[in-house]
Amino acid sequence: MNEYISSKKRERIDKIFKFSIYIITFTILIPLFLIFGFIITNGIKNISIEFLIKNPVPVGETGGGILNALIGTFILIILSSVLAIPFGITAGIYLSENSNKKYAQYISTFVDVFQGIPSIVLGIIAYVWIVLPVKKFSALSGAVALSIMMLPTIIKATEETLKMIPYSLKEAAYSLGVPYHRTILKVILPAAFSGILSGTLVSIGRISGETAPLLFTAFGSNLLEWNIFKPMNSLPLLIFNYAKSPYPEWHELAWSASLVLITIVFLFNLLASIGEKKWKIKF
Amino acid sequence: MSNTYLKERRSESVFKALLLLSSFIIIILLFSITLTLIIESYPSIKHNGLSLLTGDIWDPVSEKYSILPFIVGTFLTSILALIISTPFSLAASLYLGEYAEGKRSSRLIKAVLDLLAGIPSIIYGFWGLMVLVPVVRKFEELIGIPPLGIGIFTASLILSIMIIPYTTSIAREVIKLVPQDIKEAAYSLGATRFEVIRDIIIPYAKSGIFAGILLSFGRAFGETMAVTMVIGNANYIPKSIFAPANTMASVIANEFAEATSDLYISTLISLGLVLLIMSLIVNSIGRFVIMKLYVK
Amino acid sequence: MEDQILTIRNLNAYFGDFHAVKNVNMTVYKNTITAIMGPSGCGKTTLIRCINRLHELTEGAYTTGEIYLKNNNILSMNPIIIRRQIGMVFQKPNPFPTMSIYDNVIAGYKINGIKMDKTEMDTIVENALKKAALWDEVKDKLKQKGAFLSGGQQQRLCIARAIAMKPEIILLDEPTSALDPKSTLKIEELLEELKKDITILIVTHNIAQAARISDYTAFMYLGELIEYDKSDKMFTNPSNPKTNEYLKGCFG
Repeated sequence: MNEYISSKKRERIDKIFKFSIYIITFTILIPLFLIFGFIITNGIKNISIEFLIKNPVPVGETGGGILNALIGTFILIILSSVLAIPFGITAGIYLSENSNKKYAQYISTFVDVFQGIPSIVLGIIAYVWIVLPVKKFSALSGAVALSIMMLPTIIKATEETLKMIPYSLKEAAYSLGVPYHRTILKVILPAAFSGILSGTLVSIGRISGETAPLLFTAFGSNLLEWNIFKPMNSLPLLIFNYAKSPYPEWHELAWSASLVLITIVFLFNLLASIGEKKWKIKF
Repeated sequence: MSNTYLKERRSESVFKALLLLSSFIIIILLFSITLTLIIESYPSIKHNGLSLLTGDIWDPVSEKYSILPFIVGTFLTSILALIISTPFSLAASLYLGEYAEGKRSSRLIKAVLDLLAGIPSIIYGFWGLMVLVPVVRKFEELIGIPPLGIGIFTASLILSIMIIPYTTSIAREVIKLVPQDIKEAAYSLGATRFEVIRDIIIPYAKSGIFAGILLSFGRAFGETMAVTMVIGNANYIPKSIFAPANTMASVIANEFAEATSDLYISTLISLGLVLLIMSLIVNSIGRFVIMKLYVK
Repeated sequence: MEDQILTIRNLNAYFGDFHAVKNVNMTVYKNTITAIMGPSGCGKTTLIRCINRLHELTEGAYTTGEIYLKNNNILSMNPIIIRRQIGMVFQKPNPFPTMSIYDNVIAGYKINGIKMDKTEMDTIVENALKKAALWDEVKDKLKQKGAFLSGGQQQRLCIARAIAMKPEIILLDEPTSALDPKSTLKIEELLEELKKDITILIVTHNIAQAARISDYTAFMYLGELIEYDKSDKMFTNPSNPKTNEYLKGCFG
């Protein structure tokens, strides 16, 4: 009898626990809806072709867009990709190819730890390394900071993807008398393409929303700038500058710019997952 | 013919050397980042000495630099954020790893977490400033304290939303590592799911969950933009969790570009050095614990 | 007597401390099929992986002794050269997943950066596929990925890839163990045809297969070459009692 009651009680506790887990978990939906709700409803109002193809205008004038920030963001993305992707991939190849060596395992852990360095610290670094010597803010210095941020993600993506590729593929190439470098470049890397691509896109998505490392490197600008040795605007910088301004019109623009930025970031993430599925190689 | 082979052999060695070299990059980077910060913050450390840590005044105009207010601000915000977010992260990881494992509803929660993780920090900050600050202000009015809206509490709220996806993903991985047969053994003895979680899963996964929380702490104290926009930027030691303050990251973000004197910049860089060292320690411990768990 | 093409002298192969192939001596004759059989773990796969120098790629693995291809000692040559002269087909079909059927066949040239014109490539591909008895099945879909083929077709594609390099010898490491009986038969017939041009060394744990297709058979046990003889003799009247036991199914 006693046992019967206690098992009933246990079942009740089990149910209550399950119920609370569900409730607490689904509470996480609330901030998501609130954030997206506000950005979409406030942001959509000012979105137009004009908004995308015009440069900002001074306070008081109406209209104005985010063209310079959009272009700046893309220039920064391209620049940091050019800097980070080659090293990221080669380092990733080394780590997966030598995964049984102690040295490579240490480096692999290093890369994980590296990933945790706050982005603002990398901003300082790019400032000291590049802005300080030439005494000028520049898009290039911002890209250096961003590329250091990208590096660990690309290395990890390359390493993980290459580790999944069966050894038999390499053997097939070796048995045809293909030397090591050609085996890696012509057989292994193409087979890992989807994974590396998706890792790279994820890292691009991440840096395209970064602000902190750009505050005192790319710095921002009200002009449309193509020269990478000059200060350049980016979407996150523009949002930051508009957000802390006292003008409601600029807040409106910041909402719209946020909508554009979030769309870009999620497009990269979406591309990453589509790319990973679409070009996935079956072995 | 043999010439071609010789060339192949040379390219092979060059290629291998290149790979090895690029693996150095990360060490060289880490080393030179640390060195740069040490060198650049040295003037400030030399000039200010221990008063960097003992004083409580940050006044660049009179060249009084104590970073203590920011250290306090950083720890308060991050730890408060962990306290707020951990119940949600744990619930979500149990939900994903246990209750809804493989079910369709888990996809929804996973997508939600992915979306939250993808929102840029600046947008969290802007949203916090425009939406959360007024709400917090109302709340402060209600409980009868100065209704500022901005401050540590607001920053922690934003941070907690930002780190939930991160803690959850690590905790979920760790929960998945719990061997199925141990769980089944417990079920076969008549344990309820709650008891399996309490007596099997949590004890097995607790070091990993701890590591996840630690890594999220690392995330939280390094977070800059979202915090900068809502914390109130007050350069003194906060008296309560509703007070405006500054974190190390936020003070760098706010003042770096406007810092005029070399000493001022050097002191801000020393904050960067503290951030770097903290992040290296926290991440090393976190990664180490997780690695141990995988080996087990 | 046939011409000798491959002579193995005092070959020893190791994985670190593990002695996998123990002092093997044997001679392989041109245009024959030589089967190497034995229970799993007997060193037969290691033996043939020494011949194209794949063995040494394993961490801690090394070899001693000599293997002569005609008059050149394989073990002191550039492995890249050797591997282009000795083809290999593996247990599990391993076509290059990113390449089309056509590119898979020509892969040995293309990846190695050997330049040639389109017609030359076309001829090589067509001949190799014909020899691999795959041409009729794939000639209309040469641009498709090799991964869409059936297991047996994939294995024949791998054979085509190996023979496209015009090797003197091909090594086959249990090439039919992952295939159904019908595909197995097809490959066995194909090997009979191929030996007119190429010398074939096949590792198998299938006694019946060795008996069906080989001219010579080697029996290995615990790393040692127990017996090596003409297949007719080996399967009717083995001279070593261990071979007899194995053939009767007493172990392995």
